[in-house]
Amino acid sequence: MKTQTASEFDVAKIRADFPILTQTVNGKPLVYLDNAATSHKPQCVIDTINHFYAAHNSNVHRGVHYLSQLATRELEGARDIVKKFLNAASDKEIIFTKGTTDGINLVAQSYGRKFVNPGDEIIISAIEHHANIVPWQMLCEQTGAVLRVIPINDDGELLMEEYEKLLNPKTKFVSVNYVSNALGTINPVNRIIELAHAQDVPVLIDGAQSAPHLKVDVRELDCDFYAFSGHKVCGPTGIGVLYGKEHWLEQMPPVQGGGDMIKTVTFEKTTYNDLPYKLEAGTPHIEGGIGLGRAIQYLESIGLDNIAAYEHELLEYATEAIGGIKGVRIIGTAKQKASVLSFVIDDIHPHDIGTILDQEGIAIRAGHHCAQPIMQRFQVPATARASFAFYNTKEEIDTLANAIHKVIEVFG
Amino acid sequence: MADLSELYQQVILDHNKKPRNFKALETPSITQEGHNPLCGDHITLQLELDGDVVKDVGFLGSGCAISKASSSMMTAAVKGKTKAEIELMAAEFVKMVRGEIDPETEENHLGRLKIFAGVKEFPARVKCAALSWRTVQAALEGDAEAVSTE
Repeated sequence: MKTQTASEFDVAKIRADFPILTQTVNGKPLVYLDNAATSHKPQCVIDTINHFYAAHNSNVHRGVHYLSQLATRELEGARDIVKKFLNAASDKEIIFTKGTTDGINLVAQSYGRKFVNPGDEIIISAIEHHANIVPWQMLCEQTGAVLRVIPINDDGELLMEEYEKLLNPKTKFVSVNYVSNALGTINPVNRIIELAHAQDVPVLIDGAQSAPHLKVDVRELDCDFYAFSGHKVCGPTGIGVLYGKEHWLEQMPPVQGGGDMIKTVTFEKTTYNDLPYKLEAGTPHIEGGIGLGRAIQYLESIGLDNIAAYEHELLEYATEAIGGIKGVRIIGTAKQKASVLSFVIDDIHPHDIGTILDQEGIAIRAGHHCAQPIMQRFQVPATARASFAFYNTKEEIDTLANAIHKVIEVFG
Repeated sequence: MADLSELYQQVILDHNKKPRNFKALETPSITQEGHNPLCGDHITLQLELDGDVVKDVGFLGSGCAISKASSSMMTAAVKGKTKAEIELMAAEFVKMVRGEIDPETEENHLGRLKIFAGVKEFPARVKCAALSWRTVQAALEGDAEAVSTE
């Protein structure tokens, strides 16, 4: 598909797909710039979920009756959509989870506890979300392994030469995000994976922030695991995906036992089900999976490349409009960035910025973005963060810029 | 609709810019930490007691304008007061910012602190205003654990 320029990108038509965007907040039109926290849902996703409960609701994988077969077919159809979205080799490699956090924890507790030993090392980066820090700290406590951290420069970019030095024969696993939620940095994951694989070290990519913005081909990337959340790609909350290479998933023991993940159970011995069900104990989030499948189809109908190009234009526009305001400092100035603009204003706390913007109908995130080590690195208690989606407009960025002037005025 | 100028009144902005008693005490009787973990607001409160009376008070920390101004005005309000007087004010202050008492119509001991009544229109900011008062409550109750308002 040809990549569209922004002028061809029909944002008005896209906005009409999102019923939530038409409302007013505090008497002003909603300007939703908190997309890195969660994305809104197009009508087609809402309709799909409604229709499932109105017409197809049943449990999956166990009924011989009509509705159960229908529900199973829909959920497995969604798995196939995800498989094609990621270009995975097989449906067996697509595990439905609660979200990115759940996926990372599954790998840490299953792969990690099986293969990581005392004295082994696990590498993460200095710009991870807590969800890609804490599960590895827990694993280190349980196994006696050691956590190593790739440092960053003042622009929020990973120091790759330091990463190369960290890799050593004790390294057992590397887990990094593709895109930083707090800074927007796009990490050189191709190179990170290549260097790890040269030493036979597997790599997990936290895709929470990349899945909504960047086309990912897991086989081309050659990552061993890739985790993302449904709610950040216009799908429902409570559903996510863990992609894993089949040969790893085959070797991984289940972390949760229960229904659906077994073949036979006696009180003496249980045999586990085949992939992907072995790692999906209990009744799954059926409507979540189906809604996620529909959300991915929706994004693909617009085109991930078109989305990335348009969002990049929004980021450049916002960087100039907001970064140019006297007293504003942008935190995270990597050369390769996704559409996240983290900033601070001299002597004004981000929560005060957030409250004043809210009065103007503008939703941003103010806080540490579940990434406290990044705040410590940049010596700020918190930042204000505007994060853009393909349904945002340049006019909304103008509204944000005007409101920031108002913030500065209030605090004079 | 909530009115921004009710929240960010001139007195509050002034205390934010020039917080009173923003200092460490040399001989504190009590040191108490308070946090808003989700916001990252943080206060270290120190009290020097003479019997039952707060002789001197100081605070350090970082936070938003509301939490900083509240800390500043709290320290000014508690100096020279007894434990019982402070505990009463703290309870009334927290009720006021939650909208549970109206300081204009109901009897109270809040005085200048009534300026924070506007916070009740901003539910997300109630914990910012309450942090310093929760911290002084814990300090007087001898609660060694750090206070959290979330």
